[in-house]
Amino acid sequence: MSGRSALTRARVRAAWSFLAPMLIVLALVAGWPLVRTIYFSFTNANLSDLSNVKFIGFENYLAVYDGEWAGLLADGYWWRAVANTIRFTIVSIALETFLGFVVALVLNAEFYGRGLVRAAVLIPWAIPTIVSAKMWGWMLHDQFGIINDLLMRLDLISAPIAWTADPNIAMWAVILVDVWKTTPFMALLILAGLQMLPGDIYEAAYIDGVSPIRVFFKVTLPLVWPAVMVAVIFRALDAMRIFDLIYVLTSNTRETASMSIYARQQLVDFQEVGMGSAASTLLFLVIALFTIIAIFVGKVKLGQES
Amino acid sequence: MADVVLKAVRKSFGKLEMIHGIDLAITDKEFVVFVGPSGCGKSTLLRLIAGLEDITSGDLLIDGVRANELTPKERGIAMVFQSYALYPHMTVFENMGFGLELSKVGKAEIDEKVRRAAASLELTPLLDRLPKQLSGGQRQRVAIGRAIVRQPKVFLFDEPLSNLDAALRVQTRIEIARLHETMGATMVYVTHDQVEAMTLADRIVVLSAGNVEQIGTPLELYEYPDNLFVAGFIGSPQMNFLEARVAEVGSGGLTLTAPDGTPIETLVATDGVKPGDKVKLGIRPEHLELAEVGETGTISGDIEVIEDLGESHFIYVRYAGGTLLTFRANGLSTVKPHSKIALRLPPNCCHVFRADGKALRRRG
Repeated sequence: MSGRSALTRARVRAAWSFLAPMLIVLALVAGWPLVRTIYFSFTNANLSDLSNVKFIGFENYLAVYDGEWAGLLADGYWWRAVANTIRFTIVSIALETFLGFVVALVLNAEFYGRGLVRAAVLIPWAIPTIVSAKMWGWMLHDQFGIINDLLMRLDLISAPIAWTADPNIAMWAVILVDVWKTTPFMALLILAGLQMLPGDIYEAAYIDGVSPIRVFFKVTLPLVWPAVMVAVIFRALDAMRIFDLIYVLTSNTRETASMSIYARQQLVDFQEVGMGSAASTLLFLVIALFTIIAIFVGKVKLGQES
Repeated sequence: MADVVLKAVRKSFGKLEMIHGIDLAITDKEFVVFVGPSGCGKSTLLRLIAGLEDITSGDLLIDGVRANELTPKERGIAMVFQSYALYPHMTVFENMGFGLELSKVGKAEIDEKVRRAAASLELTPLLDRLPKQLSGGQRQRVAIGRAIVRQPKVFLFDEPLSNLDAALRVQTRIEIARLHETMGATMVYVTHDQVEAMTLADRIVVLSAGNVEQIGTPLELYEYPDNLFVAGFIGSPQMNFLEARVAEVGSGGLTLTAPDGTPIETLVATDGVKPGDKVKLGIRPEHLELAEVGETGTISGDIEVIEDLGESHFIYVRYAGGTLLTFRANGLSTVKPHSKIALRLPPNCCHVFRADGKALRRRG
């Protein structure tokens, strides 16, 4: 008995010694900044002088000055950013999931040159976001952009469209570029799910004379659904902190600003570290909450399966 | 209900021909087993009949109708897969009914058909379970049940028992035999297990490298194998083979010279052989007889291993030239390991194969 517990102790020691480097790095690069951000969100810190900060409690979040509500939660601009982020997340992920599924189904079929096509499809995903955002920024340029030029030549539009400046269109331009960039990622994750499906059940369905459409809805879709959900959750976590694409394409426009854009603006442009930190903290809480829900829902599903 | 006829059926994958022109007529209600070593093309042949693979050339006729271009459903076949191929997210009931839906069958009728099939396979208490909640044998029964509810003209089985343990295999084998009797359908069954082939088949088709080696009833194959391949493949343990020479061509058979010079009398047809020809002498382990050492016309060697199985025993004998002979007899062994043993070869039990592998038909 004592020999076994000695073995267990040795195993625990080994486990910790393997985990320690990663935990230390995580604490330094993720833990410390997070703690500091949360701390700053309760202060009146200013970017020009971080040595002299005063604790002000929840005033960055919500406060009353002279009978007027103030603070982040009372800021219409912030709620606009939240709404923008949610809208962007839902619309872009819906489109990416649908298109990703289509691409995955095509790539899952046997055809000549499939390997090449698979690699080619990934190119948008491989390009750094800043680069693709700049690239699309030029393509969507109202005066010199190729998109307007093309549409004009085809007589589809009579006057150039200000894709990234028009408040009614800018968000759609952002979503378009995000869909272009991220569909391959979705397709790849769904393709991985499709390739896990056993081939024999398709032969069985073929033997039984079940139509391909029915097989898709009754067999493929239910079986690949868990993989799709994983992909959707990954993408949702990513989409909620969208920054670079919007920042490059539309800068600080109210109509497209996301939560991250808002936080940066407070932090850097207005030098309000306290306010910016409060926004970052709320963004962190939203994502954390979503992750917890996602894990919880995922666990419940696993529980049903076994 | 349905006969299945193959006429010069060939199948190529790219430049590689896997099935080299097979002619086969399966009559209505017959149970035919394709047997052969792995890679012999038996599963490919089954998939050609099923419609899972296209026939490169030749004709497939089901019920006298050319079926090459028909879908599996139009061919009226149902298939049981080695891996069961159950839909993992559907219950047993849904698995069995899935192929029926949309085939203009009412819900009540589907329900009735599934329940009847489930009852006959003792699956009724499991109808609401998912495949992963079933044992291997139960999954196999569901797969069979799914085939039954379609009421096909032809049942195809692709090594259905190879994922089951030994005891379950025997049980399911008996169930399939019973099923064949009650359904009265044509069945084509693929296996690499010759015991399954021998016990289930009306006729066995022995395949090797995409060719038919022999077609016949189980006992025909056992008693009169056409060639070396069939002789070696059918029967367990395997037939013993000795290199021999023809000493004399008599009126009733051949006298052979065994490797150690012993003369061996055989009762076989003598066409195409002359004294001095190299031949292979084959004799099944159960046909060898124990003899006194030194008795004329017997072969002798050293006992290497004795396996006592209770009701019978195997003795492995190292014979001249290094050949290991297997000798099977009933009861317990009475000999000692590493002692000398002499074995008699009854003339009517000897198989003789010409140098080209063809058997000379036994007259015994």
